[in-house]
Amino acid sequence: MDFNDSHQEAKFREEVKAWLSDNVPSDPEMDGLDYLEKAKFWQKRKYDAGWACIRWPVEHGGRNASPIEQVIWNQEESRFDTPESIFVIGHGMCAPTMMAWASDEQKKRYLPKLASGEEVWCQLFSEPAGGSDLAALRTRAEKDGDDWVINGQKIWTSGAHYSDYGVLVVRTDPSAQKHQGLSYFFIDMKSAGIEIKPIKQISGGSNFNEVYFSNLRVPDSQRLGGIGQGWQVALTTLMNERAAIGGGGGGVNFDSVFELARKIDRNGRPAIEDSQVRAKLANWYVQESGLKFAGYRSMTALSKGEIPGPENSIGKLVGAPKQQDMASFALDLLEASGSIWDENFSDSSGLFQATFMASPGGRIAGGTDEIMANIIAERVLGMPQDMRADKGIPFTEIPAAHKS
Amino acid sequence: MNFEFSEEQQLLREQAQSFLADNCSTKRVRETFESESPYDRDLWQKVVDLGWTAASIPEKYQGLELSYLNLCVIAEELGRSLAPIPFSSSVYLATESLILFGTEEQKSYFLPRLASGEVIGCFASDEAQRASSLGGPKTTFSDGRISGEKIPVADGSIADFAIVLAKKGDLDSSAFIVDLNSPEVERIPVKSIDPSRDQAKLVFHEVPAEELGNKVSGNMILKAIYDRAAILFAWEQVGGSETALHMAKDYAMDRFAFGRPIASFQAIKHKLANMYVKNTLARSNCYYGAWAISTNSKEIATAAAAARLSSIQAFYFSSKENIQTHGGMGFTWEFDCQIPYRRARLLASNIGSEAIWQDKLISSIEETRAA
Repeated sequence: MDFNDSHQEAKFREEVKAWLSDNVPSDPEMDGLDYLEKAKFWQKRKYDAGWACIRWPVEHGGRNASPIEQVIWNQEESRFDTPESIFVIGHGMCAPTMMAWASDEQKKRYLPKLASGEEVWCQLFSEPAGGSDLAALRTRAEKDGDDWVINGQKIWTSGAHYSDYGVLVVRTDPSAQKHQGLSYFFIDMKSAGIEIKPIKQISGGSNFNEVYFSNLRVPDSQRLGGIGQGWQVALTTLMNERAAIGGGGGGVNFDSVFELARKIDRNGRPAIEDSQVRAKLANWYVQESGLKFAGYRSMTALSKGEIPGPENSIGKLVGAPKQQDMASFALDLLEASGSIWDENFSDSSGLFQATFMASPGGRIAGGTDEIMANIIAERVLGMPQDMRADKGIPFTEIPAAHKS
Repeated sequence: MNFEFSEEQQLLREQAQSFLADNCSTKRVRETFESESPYDRDLWQKVVDLGWTAASIPEKYQGLELSYLNLCVIAEELGRSLAPIPFSSSVYLATESLILFGTEEQKSYFLPRLASGEVIGCFASDEAQRASSLGGPKTTFSDGRISGEKIPVADGSIADFAIVLAKKGDLDSSAFIVDLNSPEVERIPVKSIDPSRDQAKLVFHEVPAEELGNKVSGNMILKAIYDRAAILFAWEQVGGSETALHMAKDYAMDRFAFGRPIASFQAIKHKLANMYVKNTLARSNCYYGAWAISTNSKEIATAAAAARLSSIQAFYFSSKENIQTHGGMGFTWEFDCQIPYRRARLLASNIGSEAIWQDKLISSIEETRAA
C-alpha cells in the first residue's frame, strides 16, 4: 500500500498544478464582479484552456479524462481559493442526461456552452407533493399541436433564478400508473409562463426557489426520451450525482472544533483536557478519517480502471449529521456565547452558529438521511423495497392528503 | 494511490475464508463455547500448519517474514469466523513483543518455537480493575524473580509463557518473560464473558523471570505493543462485525411478520444500513492502520487509535443490533447471536477500552500537531 500517484498520474497532477497556479484568477482580475460573474469568469477560463468538464468527450467541450484524473483535478483545484461553482447541477446531472438522451444536434448546441459556463442549467424535479417520493409529482403537460403546455409547481430548485435552461419531469398521463405517466423535457428558463420565487431558509439564506408554470409552452423537440419514459430518463439524471471523492470539506470539522476546544476554557482549564470533550472529538475524528480512507479506497479502484465499491455511499449519511452535531457541540463549548449569532461578537465570525442553522438542510438535500439509509439497505445490502400502497394503480386513484 | 491489498493478499484471504468455512463454522465455535476446553486445539494446530503463527516472524528465526498486510488479512478472517483460538495473545502480543524488544538470544529461542507452534505465548499486563496503561504495575521483579497477580490474562491457562509487566524495585517497570509451567506459577481459570476464549488469573510466587530485551521501560513496551496489536485486534473486530451484519440480514430476509419479510421494514433496513455505515468507517480506518503497521509509519499511534476506536464501536453496534433484529429468538441460548455479542465485548475489553483509545487518539493528534 502507498499513497503515491502512478507515474502517469503524477505527470497529470503536475500539469494540473502548473496550469492552476498560473491561471486561478487573482483578486484584481475579479474586482467588482458578483458571485455569478466570478463563477462564469473562472469557468470560461478553464474551458478556453481545455480544463472544463475534463471527463466529457472532446466534442462536447471536455478532454476525455479518466475518472482518476477527475479526482486529481478536484483535489488540486480545491487547494486554491476559486469562485464557488454554480455549475454542479448542470455539469453533474443535466449534462449526462443530455448526453444519453438528446439528439446529436442538441448536444452540439447545448453541451459546449454548458461546459464553458456561458449557459447555466438547473433541475426541476421536486414538488410540494413529491420529494423523497419523486414520482408522485403532479405538474401536468398536455399536448397542443407541436407543443406541450405545462402547468404546475416545482420546489427546491437551486439556481432557478440565474439559470438559462432546466431539465423538467412532468406528468403527461395521469390515468397511467405513477411511474409510467411521466415525460422528461428540457426548457428555456427565460420563457413566458415561468415565475420564480426564492424560498427563505431557516439559515436566513435563499439557495432554493419555487418555480411556477402557467401555460408554459415547450416544443415537443425538447422532449428527452419517449412519452411516458420520463422516469427512466430521470434515473439517468439521479444516478449521475457528482463524484463525491476528492476535494476537501471545509466549515465545521474536526480541525475547527479541536482548535476551539484548545482555546476555550472549561473550569479554568482548556476544554480539550476534559475527558468528555476528548471522547466526542475522537468519535468525530474516526468518522472523518473513515470517510477519507473510504475515498482513498475508491480512488485506488479508479486508478486501476476498476469501478469503486459501494464504500462511498455512506458519505452524506455520515457527513451531514456529523456537521450538525459538531456545530451544536461547538456552541456548547462556547457556553452562553453560543447563543449569540453576531459577526461582531461570535467566535470565528459566527461559523458555528451559521453551520448549526445550515446543517439541517444538508441532511435533507439530495436525498434525506432516511432515503440514503434505504438506498444502502436496498442497493448495497440487497434488502427488499418497502411495500407500496400506490403500486399497480392509476395515478389518479392514489390516496393523498389533498390534491390540488 | 494504491490503498488496497495485493493480489497475493486477496488470494490469502480466499484461502483463509475457505479454510475457516470448513474448520471454524459457528457450530464448531459453539462446541468450544459450551465445552470445558479453553480453546479449539484442532483448529489451532491447523492454523499453525498453515504457517499463520509464523507470518510476521523473520525468516532468520524460521518465520515466513510476510508483510503485516498479510497478518491483517488473517486477523480479519479469524475475526469473521469468531475463531476460538489464542491467536491474538500469542501472535499480536507475545510474538510482537519478542520481535520488537527481545534480545538476540531471546528471539533465537522463542521465535522459532512460536512459529512452529511448539509454544503459545500470552501477555500479562492487567491487574484487576487497574487499566494497564494507567500507573505502573503492582507486580514486582527483584533478584531475578517475579511476585504478584495478573488478572485477567487472555489465554493464560493455555500459554506456555507470558510477557509480564512488573515493577523493578523502586525503579521503572519493564517486561519479563515468565515460564508459565514453573511450579511457582499458579494458574486459576476465570470464567469469561466469552467462553470461547480463555481468561485466567496468574499468581506469581517468586517465579524466576528474565527481562525482555535490554532495559526497556515497561511503558514504552506497552505503548509500542498495544499500538501494533490495536490494528490487528481492529481487523478481527471488523471481521466479527461483518459476521453480525450478515447474521442479521440473513435472518431479516427469511423472517416474515405482518405478511412480509422483516427486511422490508424501514426500521430494520435503517438498522442494518447503520451497521454497514459503521463497518465501512471501521474498515476504512483499519486500512489506514494496515498501511501504518506495514510501513512502520510515524502515524501509527493515530492510525492504531482510529482503527481500534471505530472497530470497537462498529462491532458493539452490529452485535447488539443483530440480537435486536432476531427479536426473542436472538435472546435464546440456542441461537448464535450471543457469540458475536460476547466476542465484541471481550475484544473491546482487551488491550484498553474505548475510553482509553479515545484519549490516546486525541493525545496522538496533539503530539503530532505540536511537533
